[in-house]
Amino acid sequence: MSIQAKPLHSVGVPMKRKEDPRFIQGKGHYVDDLSFPGMLYLSLVRSTYPHAEIRSIDITEALKVPGVKAVITGKDLEAAGLGWLPTFHGFDKQMVLAIGKVLFQYQEVAAVFAETRAAAVDGAEAVQVDYAPLPVVADPFTSKADKVLLRPDRESKTNRIFHWEVGDKDGAARALASSARRIKQRVWFQRCHPAPLEPCGCVAYFDTMGRLQFHVTSQAPHVYRTALALVTGIAEDKIHVISPDLGGGFGNKVPVYPGYVCAIVGALKIGRPVKWIETRTENLTSTGFARDYHMDVEIGATADGRVTALRVATTADHGAFDAAADPSRYPAGIFGIVTGSYDFPVAYAEVDAFFTNKAPGGIAYRCSFRVTEASYAIERGMDILADELGIDAAELRRKNFIRKDQFPYPSALGFTYDSGDYHKTLDVALERIGYDALLKEQAEKRARGELMGIGLSTFTEVVGAGPSKHFDILGIRMFDSAEIRIHPTGAGIVRTGTKSQGQGHETTWAQIVAEELGLDAGAIMVEEGDTDTAPYGLGTYASRSTPVAGAAITMAARRIREKARKIAAHLLEAGEADVEWTDYRFQVKGVPARSVTMKEVAFAAYTNMAQNEPGLEATYYYDPPNMTYPNGAYVAVVDVDRETGEVKVRRFVAVDDCGTVINPMIVEGQIHGGLTEGFAMAFIQEIQYDAEGNNLSTNFTDYLVPTSLETPHWETAGTVTPSPHHPMGAKGVGESPNVGSPAAFVNAVVDALSPLGVRHIDMPMTRDKVWRAIRDAESTKG
Amino acid sequence: MIPAAFEYLRAHTADEAFAFLQQHGAEARVLAGGQSLIPAMRFRLARPAVLVDINSLNDLSYIRVDAKSLAIGAIARDADVERAPWIADRRWSLIHDASRVVADPVVRQMGTVVGSLCHNDPAGDWTAVALAARAAVVVRGKSGNRQVGIDDFLVDSFTTATGEGEMALGVVFPMPDDRTAGSYQKMERKVGDFATAAAAVQVSMNDDGTIRSAGVALSAAGPCAVRVDAAERLLAGQKPGEELIRAASDAAWHRSAPQADLRGSVDYKKHLAGVLVARGLRQALARLGVQA
Repeated sequence: MSIQAKPLHSVGVPMKRKEDPRFIQGKGHYVDDLSFPGMLYLSLVRSTYPHAEIRSIDITEALKVPGVKAVITGKDLEAAGLGWLPTFHGFDKQMVLAIGKVLFQYQEVAAVFAETRAAAVDGAEAVQVDYAPLPVVADPFTSKADKVLLRPDRESKTNRIFHWEVGDKDGAARALASSARRIKQRVWFQRCHPAPLEPCGCVAYFDTMGRLQFHVTSQAPHVYRTALALVTGIAEDKIHVISPDLGGGFGNKVPVYPGYVCAIVGALKIGRPVKWIETRTENLTSTGFARDYHMDVEIGATADGRVTALRVATTADHGAFDAAADPSRYPAGIFGIVTGSYDFPVAYAEVDAFFTNKAPGGIAYRCSFRVTEASYAIERGMDILADELGIDAAELRRKNFIRKDQFPYPSALGFTYDSGDYHKTLDVALERIGYDALLKEQAEKRARGELMGIGLSTFTEVVGAGPSKHFDILGIRMFDSAEIRIHPTGAGIVRTGTKSQGQGHETTWAQIVAEELGLDAGAIMVEEGDTDTAPYGLGTYASRSTPVAGAAITMAARRIREKARKIAAHLLEAGEADVEWTDYRFQVKGVPARSVTMKEVAFAAYTNMAQNEPGLEATYYYDPPNMTYPNGAYVAVVDVDRETGEVKVRRFVAVDDCGTVINPMIVEGQIHGGLTEGFAMAFIQEIQYDAEGNNLSTNFTDYLVPTSLETPHWETAGTVTPSPHHPMGAKGVGESPNVGSPAAFVNAVVDALSPLGVRHIDMPMTRDKVWRAIRDAESTKG
Repeated sequence: MIPAAFEYLRAHTADEAFAFLQQHGAEARVLAGGQSLIPAMRFRLARPAVLVDINSLNDLSYIRVDAKSLAIGAIARDADVERAPWIADRRWSLIHDASRVVADPVVRQMGTVVGSLCHNDPAGDWTAVALAARAAVVVRGKSGNRQVGIDDFLVDSFTTATGEGEMALGVVFPMPDDRTAGSYQKMERKVGDFATAAAAVQVSMNDDGTIRSAGVALSAAGPCAVRVDAAERLLAGQKPGEELIRAASDAAWHRSAPQADLRGSVDYKKHLAGVLVARGLRQALARLGVQA
């Protein structure tokens, strides 16, 4: 992939990831690698019922298990004022351990502390819970009827969590009613799970100073510190959160989970370190899931294919607690991006969220707060519209794209898109895949009865949360930060409020510093995840690290450069105004022979600074003026086996425009990973519950993660439209492929089946489902 | 994912393993590759009080081909079968195909053919292969070793003819003649998954172009792998053709009695049973150079 026209000093260079030798050699340092003298293990008793009253909990036998030190229940926590935990956006609270009743299968019921992991599990098995089953609400449509009230603890006596809307309701209704053509389709983005390879866990202990040392799998360590201070009442200076190497996160490691609170309570109560590492089953059944949005998409258009209006009505399943970690003013996240890449004159979107007897969560999985759902809805809708109008799917998109001269573009639902060249990005994708030849091949195959499909997705993302006037979590504004120290020898360290889970920050951040200061990226160390040393930041999720912390690093480096200029002036015996930064060094204006490098200046900052303040350090807190809007054009080509419903993804071209690319190799790696997840959701992934609320997807046999053996070959390319407001022009990319690709796969499969009259298939498009769609279509045709 | 407590016994000879099993009876389980047993124990679905580890019994790691048979010992790994020098021989094409789709490449490094037969998962691969190839399992009991035909060996889901205190030592596949070929057709959701449906087919031809005998079996089609007797009967003595294949495929559809699960519905799995038998027959015949 060659995205950048010309690599600069360090930015645009496909530098090998500095963290990889450590990971590849098994030398990563994860929470479960930690061990402290006297450490106990925590295992949680979990509910076997989706909805039940707890008649009694008998811990007698558990306490008899050799090695078991203590068992705590919801009643114990309630007595200590720790029965409930606020969810991140502040609209709801969640039981730490069940109090009175359980609301979903696998809910935390009791905590067992023991000398060994095995004893803790044996102890948990020995806890006897007497349940009286209650009627189960297993879907949001049943929930809506309010026949069974799931959360009597709340003030409002309804299962509806919120109604949220944006846009011009009446205007959209009028425009739809007067449109020459319109389509309507319900699409369901099924419940998925991020399933990071490393599950969640922590080690908690109180040190000799009485300080809580909390090692945890967190994507947002500072937010954890503040949240823990608010929940436990421990002074924030007495809490030290350390997030070491993380084995993936994908949003699953943003919320604070009951296990963390139990570990801290256990450490306090017993006075020994406590480790809690959840199992794969616990991770899949109780921690932050993703999606579960049922979306009714309506698009109006003129007869020749100009879109006139969009209306989307969503029914959302949030599970037993409203733990979707959205920014507080965005209960439905940034779903308003649902107008996508298209110039809709009017639009309206509404989301109604409901409680059900399922695990809580809802925004995770490589997704900038519901952007994945929104992109899927609009990209499916545009394909259905193309089919309805008999217009080529690429042509319809071209006709309706926001043109590059319209940026900054105010969308009908209130966003100001920063930049893009959607026509160009699509052209690159179509050229790369050989679109015209494929259409010809498809026509020939259709004549022979073969099922071949081509699917497009031309999505626009919105990432980089976010401007403080709009975005906060628990009231904390969503800025991010960087602190840079340049050492006398020209090496340095950068610390940020973000936390890499595999994104490659140790390399990317070093490259930004090196670019701005003309230093060696190999000699810039990156440290994240330690709240004692890192400046305050909101963490890594929602593709915000490069747009926000990356900008903070750039600005901090520029502050250093300004200070360095003073020292350079001293070294060059010139006035500061006569010293310019050019070609990665300071020189006397117009006299290249009189110059000094940053390395020389760094040494002088500690040895020969004259009247200047010693040292070479800077901190910057960056409050982004706007979100960034990466976009892409994806094309999938599939062949469907009529006999078995098997879908072969023959080709997949992804053209991404994420603005300035700092490390093309890392960007490509991110795109490969995200496409693989998109492929998984499209074809094999779903957290399934039966009608009685039993979770059927409790391990990797029943919740599938693709391996290299079934993953298609990805072909990537890029266009570069820098963000006008980001200091490096970068936009963020981690989530784009996950956001953009599901629609491309579904559009391709539906396109393949369209000669049979198939109009839509919900994900995951299992072979059974595809085969059934073919069979049903054929039998209807007779 | 911590197993319940158990006692671990490492056997150094087959005699010692047998003695352990005799001593602990139903409480004990044999640990060979452990690729099914260990996960089941970690989920606490299996809770044997005693594990008898036979991985040190190097004299059971054999894979031997002679004029009459292929014999595979109890701790010969799937990967060893996959890489065996004889595997490319057409007459072993059924085993060849299966050896490449059992579980995933990592599991195949430890997993064993005999262990898979003893586990008798309803959706296992080797069970269907053994039925189609008419294998027999060598079982050591109190009165010495005996060969149990595979049809008798596979009793029910996760249950075999290996009695309490007994152990399976190996499996024997009769040597097919050189006018024999097979095919293993497996539909799986991803590499490493159990079959959504699978068909094992082995066909031997007469010189006159008629089918001498056929083995047809299905996996994921009932409590354990099943032989499609009707298909085998209707194929024997006939000249191959599309109509014949369709009839065998229909017989497979009738014989298949799967359970609905996350891998697929009953009607989809039954449909696949028919499709995969037809595909298997076509491939086996193509390998023999026979126009179907």
